[in-house]
Parts: sequence; structure tokens; C-alpha cells
Amino acid sequence: MKVNLEQVNKTFSKGKDDSLHVLNDIDLKIEAGEFVSLLGPSGCGKTTILNLIAGLDHPTSGEVIVNGEKVKKPGTDRVVVFQQGGLFPWMNVMDNVTYGLLLKKMSKKEAEEKAMEGLRMVHLGNFTQAFPHELSGGMKQRVAIARSLVMDPDVLLMDEPFAALDEQTRIILHQELQEIWEQTGKTIVFITHNIREALTLSERVLLMSTRPGEIKRSFTVQAARPRDPSDSVLVNLEKRVMGELEEEMEKVLKEEFGDDYRFKTSAVRDRNRDHMGDHI
Amino acid sequence: MIVIVTIWEIISKTNLFPTFMFPPLLIPNEPGGTTVLGTFVDGLITGQILEATGVTLGRLLIGFSIAVVLGLTFGFLIARYKWVDDTLGFFVTALQSIPSIVWFPLAIVWFGLGNLAILFIVAIGATWTMTVNSSTGFKNVPSIYLNAARTLGSSGTHLARTVILPASVPHIISGLRVAWAFAWRAIMAGELFGAAGGLGYLLDMGRSLQSMDLVLSIMIVIGIIGTIMDNQVFLRMERNVSRKWGLGT
Repeated sequence: MKVNLEQVNKTFSKGKDDSLHVLNDIDLKIEAGEFVSLLGPSGCGKTTILNLIAGLDHPTSGEVIVNGEKVKKPGTDRVVVFQQGGLFPWMNVMDNVTYGLLLKKMSKKEAEEKAMEGLRMVHLGNFTQAFPHELSGGMKQRVAIARSLVMDPDVLLMDEPFAALDEQTRIILHQELQEIWEQTGKTIVFITHNIREALTLSERVLLMSTRPGEIKRSFTVQAARPRDPSDSVLVNLEKRVMGELEEEMEKVLKEEFGDDYRFKTSAVRDRNRDHMGDHI
Repeated sequence: MIVIVTIWEIISKTNLFPTFMFPPLLIPNEPGGTTVLGTFVDGLITGQILEATGVTLGRLLIGFSIAVVLGLTFGFLIARYKWVDDTLGFFVTALQSIPSIVWFPLAIVWFGLGNLAILFIVAIGATWTMTVNSSTGFKNVPSIYLNAARTLGSSGTHLARTVILPASVPHIISGLRVAWAFAWRAIMAGELFGAAGGLGYLLDMGRSLQSMDLVLSIMIVIGIIGTIMDNQVFLRMERNVSRKWGLGT
């Protein structure tokens, strides 16, 4: 067992009497080498779970165990790829990628060799001297992935890493991430609100319900790799996941617009059918 | 610029005011009379103005450096510890609103009339803005950088040096700029009130000798130095940072 969450609760207090129950009794087990996606509407606590595993935040109750040890603070065995990449704008690509390596008391030469290896893996070997603002969104995410991979973490945590990218770039990066996963055999926890993305990439998709966040259903994706979104297994699964999600979406919408709102009978829904799986 | 100079010359030649009050800039009013340019050049040649400029700049740099170090330290403490923010942070806002020359009587009593007193008011004039700016910078470091660095294994002083400081550089530069301006005001006031040497002292001398040509020359010197610092040092720093970071153009 690589990652293990036991009875995890998380409450954020907003002022004196007001508090927000974000996670409710989360039990989550992730095996070594597994690619797991956490899927859910915004505000369901996906990112909170990731932060708990990363050690950037602490559970209100319950335990987060990685590699048999309780998570107390961030560690290089669990590296995060953030949605905006989180590259340091004052460092060039090489310095960004070697940042964590040099902290591991690695010599500069060794670190740079390792960084080159990582950058070649994401096809950015020629951009070592560029600064982040000179790169496109997709390239920045590649650098961020390289920066995490060179750390050789046990668990790679990805927080909607491709959400801000255009569709073409995203498809390419999906392909590459699958290749990287197959080559390195890393345990990957991937957060997304995009059903198709979750199904294309992962072995297992955990669907979350919202407020308080709970793991509602777990779907195992048994489709051949490399995955093709038109694969009948994936299409079928997508429908089932969508069906489950609609209930959650209605819950969220009712919370925002009042009880009169009916998503299922709403006229917009039929038109949305064609884009099912994206931008929920 | 030319228009202003021309108007000045005309007013000076109308004899509306005595020449010592309104000296001409370029062309003397009577043969062999004083001009601001003449005094300026004379001052440079005899070294009177140059020497005074050197003295003032020396004091300014020392006082300013002290202010920067103190400001960065206070700023860091305020951003780092809640209780420092609640105590010192609140106090700094009040201190910032006190013109630094107000400290001068205290400075004279504490340090005597001289270099130390001047340094004190220069430093105290620039420290608080530097503190406010740097603490704003440190507080507003985007948490994504902090989180990224922490998951990559950084913490403590390494985190401060490699992430918090560079991420606050834009705020720190604007702090330096304002602090420098405050330091200038402080040193002029301080030197006017009393200290041997320096441009402020020369100004006071110009006043007592009723030679406004000298006073105007010194104003020109101050203007030139201010422009050079702003354009060549601070603007350049700002541009370098924005270019490197890809902020703006």
C-alpha cells in the first residue's frame, strides 16, 4: 500500500462559529504504481486531499499514511505538479529543474545531467536557458513535470495540471504522461474535473461528491493502452460517470441558484451532450 | 526647459527683484556679475560643490544602507511572525507618518551635533517605507511558489533566500526607490540644520551670504543626482526584473 487515507476529515474554520466541512470520512487506498484520478465538481475537496497527501495541509482528524509513515510535512517522496506549474519566474528552466536536486546535496554537474535527462523526457532538451515567461503554457507544464520527475518521488501528485491548456496541447500531454507513467512506473494521483481526461489516463477513477467531500464511487478503467477516447469501454464508462455526476452537479447548482433549479430537465443539457465529459 | 530658462532670464533682467534674490542663469546682468552657471562651474572647478556632494553622498549611502538592512529585517519579521505584525507593524505605520527631521532634536541630544545625528535621521527617514514595502512583498509571495519549493524539499533560510526574497524583488525595488527619495529629503533637512560639510551646509551658507546663485547651483546638483539615480539605477533595475520575469513589456 503506497498511499493510505484513514477516516480523514477536514474542516476549515471561517471565523468564530462558522466552519466549512470539506472532507468527510475519506478512506482511500492507492497501490504502488497505480494511476488514480480524483474526479469531481469544483469545491468538492479534491485539491484538499492532494494537499493532505503532499503534507502542505493537515487533516482535522484521521491519518494520512504514505509508504507506511504518517505524513507530517512536505517531503521529496511526494512531489506536486500544480495547475499553473509553479515554476519560479526568476530562474531559467535548468535552474528550476535542478532546484530540488541541489537541495538533495547533489553536485551541480550531476544535477544538471539528471535535469537534462528529465527535460529530454518531456522533449525540452533545447530550452534549458529559457525563462518560464518565454515558454508556452504546455511547455511550462512539461518543465514542471520534469522538475517533479527528476526528484524521483514515490508518489507524483498532479493538481489539474492540464486544465489551463488548449485541447491540442492537452491531448499531446495526455499521450506523453501515459508514456512517462509506463516507463517509470510511478504512483500517480491525478486531480481533474474533466471526465474524459480521467478516463483516458487512469487505472481507477474515484468520483467525489460535494460538500462535504466524500468518495462516492470508484470506477476501474479496463481499456487497452494507448487509450483511444472512442473506445467503446471508455464511451460506456463516460456515460455511467456522467450519470453519477449529474446528481452532484444538480446539488451544487441548487446551492448556488436555489431549489427551483432543475439541471436534468433544463434545456441546456441536450445541447451539452456533444461536449459531454468536458468542462463540467 | 528652454522656455523656463528664457522666462527666468527675462524676469532676472527686469530688475523687478534685486540680482542677489533672482540671479540670472546664463548671461550676467552687469559685466562681471554673477550667474548661476558661473557659480556652478566655479564650484565644480574649485571643488567646493564637488566636495560637498561627496560628503553628502557618503552620508546618504551609509544611512540608506542601514535603512535598507533594517527595513528588510523588520519587513521579514513582520511578514513571518503574527505578533511582530500586531506590535511593530502597527507602530511602523505611525512612525512612517512622522517626518524624519522631527527626530533631529532627539538625535542631537543622543548623538551630538554631527555626522551620527545626520546618519540617524537619514536612516530613520528611509527605514519605515522600506519596512512597509518589503513586508508587503514578503506577505504577497504567491503561495504556489512556496508550496512548490516546500514539496521540492526547501525550508527555513533556504526557502527565504531562494524563494521569498526573489519573489518579493519587485516590491523591494519600489521600496528602495521611495526610501532613497525619503533619504534625500532627510539629509538635506539634517545638513541645513547643522553639520559640517555637505550640500545642505553649503545651502545654508548660500543663504547667509545671500548668494542665491550658489543655492540654485546646489539645487541643480541635487536635481541631476536625483535624475541619474532614478533613471540609471532604479528604473534600470525595474526594467531588468520585468524583462527577466516577463512582466509587462
